[in-house]
Amino acid sequence: MDFLQFNPEADFKLLLAVPLIPLMGYVVQIFFGRFLPRKGDWLLTAGMFGSMCITVLMAAKAISHGFSSSEPFFHLSRDAGMSFSWFYQEGKAAGDPLNMTAGLLYDGLGAAMLAVVGVVSFFVHLFSTGYMKGDKRYHIFFANISLFTVAMLGLVLSDNILFLFVFWEIMGLMSYLLIGHFSHDPSTPYFHRWATWASKKAFLTTRVGDCCLLIGMMMFWQHFHTFEFTELWRLTSEEVARNGGEWPQWMTVAGLFIFGGTVGKSAQFPLHIWLPDAMAGPTPVSAMIHAATMVAAGVFLLGRTFPILSPDVLAVVTATGAVTALFAATIGVTAFDLKAVLAWSTISQLGFMVAAIGTGGIGLVAGLFHMVTHAFFKSCLFLSAGSVIHGCHHEQDMRKMGGLRKRMPLTFIAMGISTLAIAGIPMFSGFYSKDKIIQAAFMKTSLEFSGAQAFACFALPVAAALTAFYMFRMMFMTFSGEYRGDVADGHGHGHDDHHDHHIVHAEDGGIAGGHPAPMPKESPWPMTVSLLCLATLGFLGGKFWLLDMDILAHHAPWFVQLVSPEKMYPGVELMNGYGAQISAGMIEHADHAAHTWAMIVSLLVASLGIFGAWWIYGPRMQAKGQAVVKWAWTIACVVLWLKVCVPALGGMVEGVGALPKLAAWLGVLAITGFVVARSRKWIVGVFTSLSRPNPENIAGGFGELYVTVANKYYIDEIVDACVIRMSMLASKLLRWIDETVVDGLVLLVGRINRSGGGVFAWFDQKVVDGAVNGVGALTQTFGFIARLFQTGRVQQYASFAVAGGLAVAAWLLLG
Amino acid sequence: MGLGAYIAVSAVLFAIGVVCIVSRRNMIYVLMGIEMILNAANINFVAFNRFNGDAMDGRMFAIFVIILAAAEAAVALGIVLNVYHLFESIKPSDVDLMRD
Repeated sequence: MDFLQFNPEADFKLLLAVPLIPLMGYVVQIFFGRFLPRKGDWLLTAGMFGSMCITVLMAAKAISHGFSSSEPFFHLSRDAGMSFSWFYQEGKAAGDPLNMTAGLLYDGLGAAMLAVVGVVSFFVHLFSTGYMKGDKRYHIFFANISLFTVAMLGLVLSDNILFLFVFWEIMGLMSYLLIGHFSHDPSTPYFHRWATWASKKAFLTTRVGDCCLLIGMMMFWQHFHTFEFTELWRLTSEEVARNGGEWPQWMTVAGLFIFGGTVGKSAQFPLHIWLPDAMAGPTPVSAMIHAATMVAAGVFLLGRTFPILSPDVLAVVTATGAVTALFAATIGVTAFDLKAVLAWSTISQLGFMVAAIGTGGIGLVAGLFHMVTHAFFKSCLFLSAGSVIHGCHHEQDMRKMGGLRKRMPLTFIAMGISTLAIAGIPMFSGFYSKDKIIQAAFMKTSLEFSGAQAFACFALPVAAALTAFYMFRMMFMTFSGEYRGDVADGHGHGHDDHHDHHIVHAEDGGIAGGHPAPMPKESPWPMTVSLLCLATLGFLGGKFWLLDMDILAHHAPWFVQLVSPEKMYPGVELMNGYGAQISAGMIEHADHAAHTWAMIVSLLVASLGIFGAWWIYGPRMQAKGQAVVKWAWTIACVVLWLKVCVPALGGMVEGVGALPKLAAWLGVLAITGFVVARSRKWIVGVFTSLSRPNPENIAGGFGELYVTVANKYYIDEIVDACVIRMSMLASKLLRWIDETVVDGLVLLVGRINRSGGGVFAWFDQKVVDGAVNGVGALTQTFGFIARLFQTGRVQQYASFAVAGGLAVAAWLLLG
Repeated sequence: MGLGAYIAVSAVLFAIGVVCIVSRRNMIYVLMGIEMILNAANINFVAFNRFNGDAMDGRMFAIFVIILAAAEAAVALGIVLNVYHLFESIKPSDVDLMRD
């Protein structure tokens, strides 16, 4: 297929158009949005659709290349002569470190990520046209979310870390604006204040990470004089090789700083606090932040900078990721806010990705793969949550939901598929990536034992079980049982909505249903279409198993075909992999063993989590549920039989005559059938006779532990006490110093000047003015005397003249 | 009679004219004082002319002065009329606008 061949001439221009289309849309929207029909939402959504089509086409090229050849899919626009200069000085040579050029880097990882961002962003745009209807700052919202997308697209395409950082910062700014979207709407005091506070918190917390990234970036620049990824990879590898395989100290420090950027942006353990509060923004924004843009950027950065991270840094990465995964999962179990559950699950999943990247090798691929599949199902989950919240009149507490399955069937389907995906059920995308992550952790530990790895091996499966548990807890609380919202409050206008359209919505429900109060109902088509499309991606986006029925992924999924360390960093010898004592054969063996174990463990923990959630929160088993359990058990038995017993038996009866073979087969079949038939009743019995515990009793049983977890381990309080209070105290101290010492000095100088001025003023007033006044007074005195002679009488004047004449005469005569 | 007698008469006439200018309370008398001074000068011209040579220049000057005095008297009387018109008085002490 010709159009699936990479063609640098046209394709780099297409890729450049990907961020430029929404950027132009942003410019138009921010200035003229409010004058356009429908406030310009169609403009940005259509532009985003165009961008999405390009990204998908380019991803198709990359994937077809990945399946058809083992050559890396790696293109630098600079190699094709397409790059633009920045800070360019003609007087300097082209390779001068201060002559910065930027171009596009397009490889398998970039292709996958770009397509994910394009697709998710488009559906978020589409969803927002329904969800945000009636918002006061509708056009601003669309402009902002569009620039948010531009930042992520540009970040993915950047071929140097400086440009990545520029887009990284734009994204930080846009997340600030979008989380604080409701802070301009004072009609809801709670949201208003919360949004203001949360946007500030998000911005300042990620800023800590941004500073780290900047420092790390500059440390590498100081030594290597380049920001380009390819150069950094090559130079690092050469430097380490020159150093005899030892990583220089500064590289570890710089690597830790770069990882600090990820910790901030991807909400890893100490800096995760901003993400749960980021849900103060509108739900589509949460979907963007949690799936396609903000948090994915941190993981993507790790993917781009992996070759420059030393093994020590990777150990820290794994430990941080594992801690985050487990810790966030426990909090997710205690959350009651629908969006909070999803927020904590995002942090937990990000922990999975980061931990996996820390294990290197296949872990790197698995972590990035999980980033892609997570983007699909988490965006769908958030948008579904938005749909539910929209349906429940902006109620976010799951204790006031329930029974929405019949009222919002499409949302239920989309959310159910995504929940199965995140829980790691085979056939759904999340399974393939999460399984790979656990496999990577097992493999790394079996080859090179270390504390961080061993902890990851324990923490990740536990976190996976908790994930399945809290996600199904959320599903059961939201969709099963009876609706627990305030339906019976008499009228539909009493809701404290902050969107105008909810009042309209309420009236609709009141008229159509003939109810006094509005029951939740399905959202409009732009929302449900987005949900179902994303759910489809969450279903099949990991591995398109419908073609080959390879459900358990014995063959590599598309992402693994597309992305591997060799393909991501072509021509670079990775120095942070396994030591020389570990041979390729050992790696292959460990890989194989880990694959089997990971499969068993991940299936086990997922079913354990789902069972636990059903046991505590699920509906009572009715006839339909019993049938589901019965058939699920039967299918499981048959699959087990086909996969385990048949090959084993085939080996045993080899070389035996036809008749005994047939008898053996029939006998085994009969025994199996009998066991299955009996065990079906038994298993249903087990499910129906379980006594159901009360969640509150369980929570009470954990006592202080539960309180601690439910309060998010008091991290916010600790940060408040250690960082915010300390900063305030330091500021107060500085203020005191400023007011007392600095101001005192200034005032002292002022006083001295004033005293000196007094002396001069006295001199001026007394001496200088005195002289001037004295002259005046003298003149006045003489004038006064002279005036006496000026009578105006001619005769007097004549007398004087005569007297004068006489006097002269007398003097002449007598003298 | 010598030159001293003429000079003496002239000096007396000058002194009378000066006193008349300075002391009289009527502008007409002041004008008359001026005429006296002029005539005192004329006497001097004529006397010096007579005792100091045959040329007629002294007497010519005297005639000019008489003519000028006549013209002056006409102008001065006009001024006096205007002053009277303005100040309703021809007392020199009332006309003290030059003070300002």
